[in-house]
Amino acid sequence: MANIQEKIAKLYPEATVEQADTLTITVDDAKWHALATTLRDDCAMDYLITIVGMDWKESLGCIYYLMSSKTNEIVSVRVSTTDRERPMLHSVADLWRVACLYEREVYDFYGIIFIGNPDMRRLFLNIDWKGFPLRKDYDENPALNPVSIENERQTDLTDTWVEENGKVVKKEVEVFSPEDFVVNIGPQHPATHGVLRFRTAVDGEEIKKIDVYMGYIHRGVEKLCESLTYPQTLHYMDRLDYFSAHNYHHGLCLLFERAAGIEISRRAQVIRVMMDELSRIASHCLFIGTYCMDLGATTMLFYTLRVREQILDIMEKTCGARMTFNYDCIGGVMQDLDPDFVKDVHALLDVLPANIKEYNKIFTGNVIARHRMEGVGVLSKEDAISFAVTGPSGRASGWACDMRKLKPYSIYSELDFNEVIATEGDSMARFKVRMLEIEESAKILAQLVDNIPEGEYCVKVPKVLKIPAGSYFEIVEGCRGAFALYLESDGTTKPYRLKIAPPCLPLAGVVDHITRGTKIADLITIGGSLDYIVPDMDR
Amino acid sequence: MEVTTKSMPYEAWKDNEYIEKLVNELKESGTNVIVGQLDKLINWGRSNSLWPLTFATSCCGIEFVSLGAARFDMARFGWEVARASPRQADFMMVAGTIVNRMVPVFRRLYDQLAEPKYVIACGSCAISGGPFRKSYHVAKGIEDIVPVDVFVPGCPPRPEAMIYGIMQLSRKIKVEKFFGGVNRQEKQKEFLESHPVSGVND
Repeated sequence: MANIQEKIAKLYPEATVEQADTLTITVDDAKWHALATTLRDDCAMDYLITIVGMDWKESLGCIYYLMSSKTNEIVSVRVSTTDRERPMLHSVADLWRVACLYEREVYDFYGIIFIGNPDMRRLFLNIDWKGFPLRKDYDENPALNPVSIENERQTDLTDTWVEENGKVVKKEVEVFSPEDFVVNIGPQHPATHGVLRFRTAVDGEEIKKIDVYMGYIHRGVEKLCESLTYPQTLHYMDRLDYFSAHNYHHGLCLLFERAAGIEISRRAQVIRVMMDELSRIASHCLFIGTYCMDLGATTMLFYTLRVREQILDIMEKTCGARMTFNYDCIGGVMQDLDPDFVKDVHALLDVLPANIKEYNKIFTGNVIARHRMEGVGVLSKEDAISFAVTGPSGRASGWACDMRKLKPYSIYSELDFNEVIATEGDSMARFKVRMLEIEESAKILAQLVDNIPEGEYCVKVPKVLKIPAGSYFEIVEGCRGAFALYLESDGTTKPYRLKIAPPCLPLAGVVDHITRGTKIADLITIGGSLDYIVPDMDR
Repeated sequence: MEVTTKSMPYEAWKDNEYIEKLVNELKESGTNVIVGQLDKLINWGRSNSLWPLTFATSCCGIEFVSLGAARFDMARFGWEVARASPRQADFMMVAGTIVNRMVPVFRRLYDQLAEPKYVIACGSCAISGGPFRKSYHVAKGIEDIVPVDVFVPGCPPRPEAMIYGIMQLSRKIKVEKFFGGVNRQEKQKEFLESHPVSGVND
């Protein structure tokens, strides 16, 4: 870390470097692109976790969170502009490929234009949407943006801003050329796993280009959080990626607890980790079921849901719900474990090996399944990092990106489990990684189930929770990848800005890249194997 | 006349008032015996093979998947034939939040459903916007977009609640009248006239 600090101070004397929650570099927009190149090439900061758009009232800007896939260090860079009428920053879409999507998101929420980004359309909202919703001075009057049953206006053109002779000019670019034959898939399609829409340009059977259209379930969670107190914001975590409800809750609780300086009991930590791993098994089970169903093997869904129902029973006894548990809270967990919990987890661990064997027997070795998955949708390790494809999908490409190992939180550093990594990078690898991760999660559960320490399940926290002013960052492993959270507090009971960086947004961003040149039928295989959850990417 | 579904005693229903109101309406309008029997036959068929549209936007959709699986097994009631195309479906279970961008798509799906068509608003988001009601990009309930037959509260509703909701729907179908005066469909026509879609030529 000191190394980076020295290097940056030497090369960019005008940039301020400070060690806060993370190493934070503040730089002028004019130097930002050069600094970004240095960070990526010389400091190996090759993974762009997220771009946090910010409205500091007197200025608008972005905070870039970068991580090195080699040293696991995290660096944040702040860039801002005081122009509120026509805010402009330089794009880094040429350095990190996922940045193209992230910058579109920032543009959608804050209206910041990125010079050099090839595609500056809105991401979630209509092209005719008035205002930028996450700005502090946004007019929420529903009459401005009414709910309309009229079809939204669409265009095949997109804008790009480029610098020519020191002046920034706007250019119109076509998303699809007039000769392209564009097939619309979604938003109502059984194989898109939610309301995602692909505009697919095809050449016969082959895919030429996919334009991913999202926002069909964009619910504005980040804006809603700004008007709620800290404990109230927690319940939205259940409704993003509803399979990773426990993991997301865990992440946000960790963030709040660290920021407010709350220590939680060992018992609560163990309970949280066990719930995380139980939901990971349940999530992967449902993935296997729905994925096989997409490929035509409907029966598998019934086999995998059997295990999932068993896990839901365990959770229901303790948390009181089958989904949207709202179980982790600031200071620990909501209720103590059910008396049957240990017995039920043992029962689950007893039946799991036989079930996995059965799944493999029925599906994995199947000739049709193998032909449909092997070598389909290959994603290289470099591309996985550049596109920020984390989670099982990233690990299938050989990138060790498990945050439980890289940034061990809670009690993960004491546990004995392996990070499952494959090198093929195809759909089959993504499927197999998840299958093996079920076994690893079971291994964690087996270590903990008989060693749940006594103690209080929730420590006393102040009724009105205030978090000291400052910025905080937390990253945890959800069921589908790295889930990052950024909090900026102004010392009150409500967050000034809570950025949720879900793993599924980059997963959707990579679809275009890995489907090019493949057959249109493979789109279902590839999309299914990435296992994105649409409410998670749209938020 | 006690309107109920198979193996469900009439007293077990929590809300019989509205169904009694519908029965009274049916009685008052009066009809001839042969037509009445034909109605009964049609309703018997329709209420026992309701085909849902595979339509889910968020969390509630996952409970709908559970409903289809072995444990809750909606095939017991004849609802298991989930269709991906609205042209082949009888009702749509609106499972999840409907946001501004989804509204035109959702309305189009509804328009594409073949008559007779029904809508179940499933979960608090579809009913009122739920926890996202204050958001800038969420429709505050689907009642303003399409006529709703049954509301199933919950966040998400348990599969048992969904079963109860669809059973209520099939009970409602049993007191419909398709020949002569049509009691329910007139309301639907009124609704559609007051909520027109312009700019759609298909």
